[in-house]
Amino acid sequence: MSERENLLVILLTSLAALVLNILPLPGWLPVVRPAFLVLTVLYWSTMSPFVAGAALGFIGGLALDVFQGSLLGEHALALSFVTYLALRFNLLMRAKPIFEQSLYVLVALVIYELVLWVIDGWSGHTLSSPLRWVHALIGALIWPVVVGVLGRFHAAR
Amino acid sequence: MAGFGTSVGRPIYGRGPSPGLRFTVYALLCLILMYIDQRARWSERLHYGLEAAAYPVQVAVNSPASAWHWLTDSFATRGTLRAQNQQLHGQVQLLQLAVLRQQALERENEQLRELHHALPPLVKKWLVAEVIGVEAVPLRQRLIINKGAHDGVHINQPVVDGSGVLGQVAHVGPWSSEVILITDPEHAIPVQITRNGLRTIAIGSGNADELLLTYLAVNSDVKSGDLLTSSGLGGVFPAGYPVGRITGVRREASQLVAQVQAEPAARIDRAREVMLIEFDSASPAAPPAAPALTEASPPPAPVVNPAVAADEGGSGSAAPGGHGPSSRSARKKGKPHP
Repeated sequence: MSERENLLVILLTSLAALVLNILPLPGWLPVVRPAFLVLTVLYWSTMSPFVAGAALGFIGGLALDVFQGSLLGEHALALSFVTYLALRFNLLMRAKPIFEQSLYVLVALVIYELVLWVIDGWSGHTLSSPLRWVHALIGALIWPVVVGVLGRFHAAR
Repeated sequence: MAGFGTSVGRPIYGRGPSPGLRFTVYALLCLILMYIDQRARWSERLHYGLEAAAYPVQVAVNSPASAWHWLTDSFATRGTLRAQNQQLHGQVQLLQLAVLRQQALERENEQLRELHHALPPLVKKWLVAEVIGVEAVPLRQRLIINKGAHDGVHINQPVVDGSGVLGQVAHVGPWSSEVILITDPEHAIPVQITRNGLRTIAIGSGNADELLLTYLAVNSDVKSGDLLTSSGLGGVFPAGYPVGRITGVRREASQLVAQVQAEPAARIDRAREVMLIEFDSASPAAPPAAPALTEASPPPAPVVNPAVAADEGGSGSAAPGGHGPSSRSARKKGKPHP
């Protein structure tokens, strides 16, 4: 039963993260907006790997594709891959102190952007901005916050 | 394949297929999706459905912003309303004067062309749409608007606001569409400098306040402050709409092309309402029929069309007084139409 509640929490927080991701923001704010959904999926797939499986990564990525208007399947593939990595290495990562976790998250986000970058190039969108790597850095920096916020929901089940 | 995920000991838990296998399945699914999306024929249908699915969420996400606008609108004080009213009155008078002059010019133009019947107006139909979503990251400059195929929106339809060209429709859904802005790096618009009729192409820079003109030679006659209007070539945008104003020209002797920047005339990052134009192809200012262009297609080669070439000369000579004459009359004439 607690598992079902947990699934509900996971879905709701992911939805909230998606909304934060696509909320229209003025000026330069979108440039520094972290990839909330990716961080949320990363959190749940490391902290609760048997409830949030690869499906969460796939569906979340697909939602990103739809709302960001990218090539369909692009974010889905990148996020599925990162989720897979998180599922495989969750034991390794969970045991680490939070700032070391941030480093793992940085690696995961860089891989995520790298996959997107490769697919962009392959599908003919060859223009690229160095700003895309900022997302990875900012994501890693706010990882402690993500853990703090989502940890509350996690503990509250 | 199964060996992928065994080392961590996932099978011990016995909960369905290993993550490696699941990932492989999802990755294959993604690859199939990407393949389908790359095929233009299916991609449109796919996006039609997706826009429909995304529409409610986009409206919901945008609702706080629209609620805020509604609140500020309904609680506007008497003083601000009065000031606004006065300002609008002044504007209407100015526009009426401009229209009078415009009508005279149009008649004169007809006489000069020795036409015995009036030229059809450029714009057949206007459609006002509200912006319900913005994607303004450096590499993507897009808008989501709340009008779609059910309202008669079609792909490649030009989108303008009160002060200039905004972009064109990239994807259409039943109730919403995606607009690619002229500042998107994957967008290029054929333009003309009104001062001397020089034609070139303006490419989006990825910033909402900058266009790049990368095809002008070092010795070309262009200077800061020049007005750019759409040239009507390329088959998407009608001629004569303001596109932007040159803000900077840098010439280096060692390079073949000048580095020219322009500032878009439309209020790219502040537009809340946009207008979709449907133009009458019989009008001389309408772009020549060209095969539908995809959003990422390179700037089209100038098509030599006698009717258009003649018109461009005409509008060029009439233009110095103000921005594209056709646009102003069209806006006025389009007003009664919902």
